[in-house]
Amino acid sequence: MRLTQGAFSFLPDLNDAQIRAQVQYCLGKGWAVSIEYTDDPHPRNTYWEMYGMPMFDLKDAAGVLAEIDACRRTFPNHYVKVNAFDSTKGWESLRISFIVNRPKKEPGFGLARVEGEGRKVRYTTRAYAAERPEGERY
Amino acid sequence: MSAPENLPLDLEALYRDSNVRDALEALDRELVGLVPVKTRVREIAALLLVEKLRRSVGLQADAPPLHMSFTGNPGTGKTTVAMKMASILHGLGYVRKGHLVAVTRDDLVGQYIGHTAPKTKEVLKRAMGGVLFIDEAYYLYRPENERDYGQEAIEILLQVMENQRDDLVVIFAGYKDRMERFFSSNPGMASRVAHHVDFPDYGQAELFEIATLMLGRMQYTLSEAAAQALREYIALRKTQPHFANARSVRNALDRARLRQANRLFERRGAALTPADLMTLEAEDLRASRVFRGGTGETD
Repeated sequence: MRLTQGAFSFLPDLNDAQIRAQVQYCLGKGWAVSIEYTDDPHPRNTYWEMYGMPMFDLKDAAGVLAEIDACRRTFPNHYVKVNAFDSTKGWESLRISFIVNRPKKEPGFGLARVEGEGRKVRYTTRAYAAERPEGERY
Repeated sequence: MSAPENLPLDLEALYRDSNVRDALEALDRELVGLVPVKTRVREIAALLLVEKLRRSVGLQADAPPLHMSFTGNPGTGKTTVAMKMASILHGLGYVRKGHLVAVTRDDLVGQYIGHTAPKTKEVLKRAMGGVLFIDEAYYLYRPENERDYGQEAIEILLQVMENQRDDLVVIFAGYKDRMERFFSSNPGMASRVAHHVDFPDYGQAELFEIATLMLGRMQYTLSEAAAQALREYIALRKTQPHFANARSVRNALDRARLRQANRLFERRGAALTPADLMTLEAEDLRASRVFRGGTGETD
């Protein structure tokens, strides 16, 4: 099952030229771009690992692209996403976030049902990959 | 070959359309003297324009390596020319953004093991799309200390200079003799720096012209006597130690402005015209310690 999260989740994966254009747009807006990776794709997992520090004061996307490539080389089978943080007053939050790398095989999520009192049923999802320990998932 | 060989091409139109003309004219207008530097900048601009034209007719046109070394004494305009260079390269489409990131050893080299690489890489990332200006570059290499981290910064620099040539241009700057020693002890660096530009010291007349340009920009004028005083000041100051060409002139003018303001303030009851606010008098300059046998920069 193909994981979809963040901006452009409805589109096919962006190629490098498209990623560069998006990053250049973010830098043009004065946002700080950062790179994160994880192998726990649960939608509620908002804390991905940072790959290096967020990049401030960049003018050109080439620097970010080089970091993205380095991150993909290091974690070829992890999810990698690019975030852009807007520090202007009133926003002070992520303005964009999109996936730039994904594992070759994505087993997807299973639905778990827990039966409670009075035959009440609670549902939760669990990534099949997350059954294995961190680092061995994909 | 995608175009017939006798197709007429318009280099003039390309020159007109790229905004490089403004940058070159500004270079001529705003910088006094520096003939060898201007010639070299022109040559580089011509090369890039011709390459662009070659590419437009489908001829082989590799972007030439443009890493440079600017050598010269302090205050000869290395940083200013580097800034102009960035906008010229941007006008020719050689760099995408055309900004200048000026750094020294401290910005590149870390204080402990593992600190240097991220620091250097961050600076390089900031400079991408523009020009990285490394002032006093020879401090990167300290042969007397074999555990110095400068070598690590040099290696990362070399790698990026070679592999990401389209992404940034590196300009090394510093004193001539020390730069030569730096390049001779780093042959890898020397072979990757294509252009060595030497900035000559300014003559007295040139320094005076620079002073007039600076004053014009700050909207000040010199009285006749003050102009004479400034000429004498420059002649005296040039013979003293720690003379930093245009920078010394600039400092002298700043101090003259200080004295002018003080002079006006002292007689604040008297009538004052806008011309008084603009004019520097001889006494503003003659009060300098240089005229009393002292050194400049401190008076």
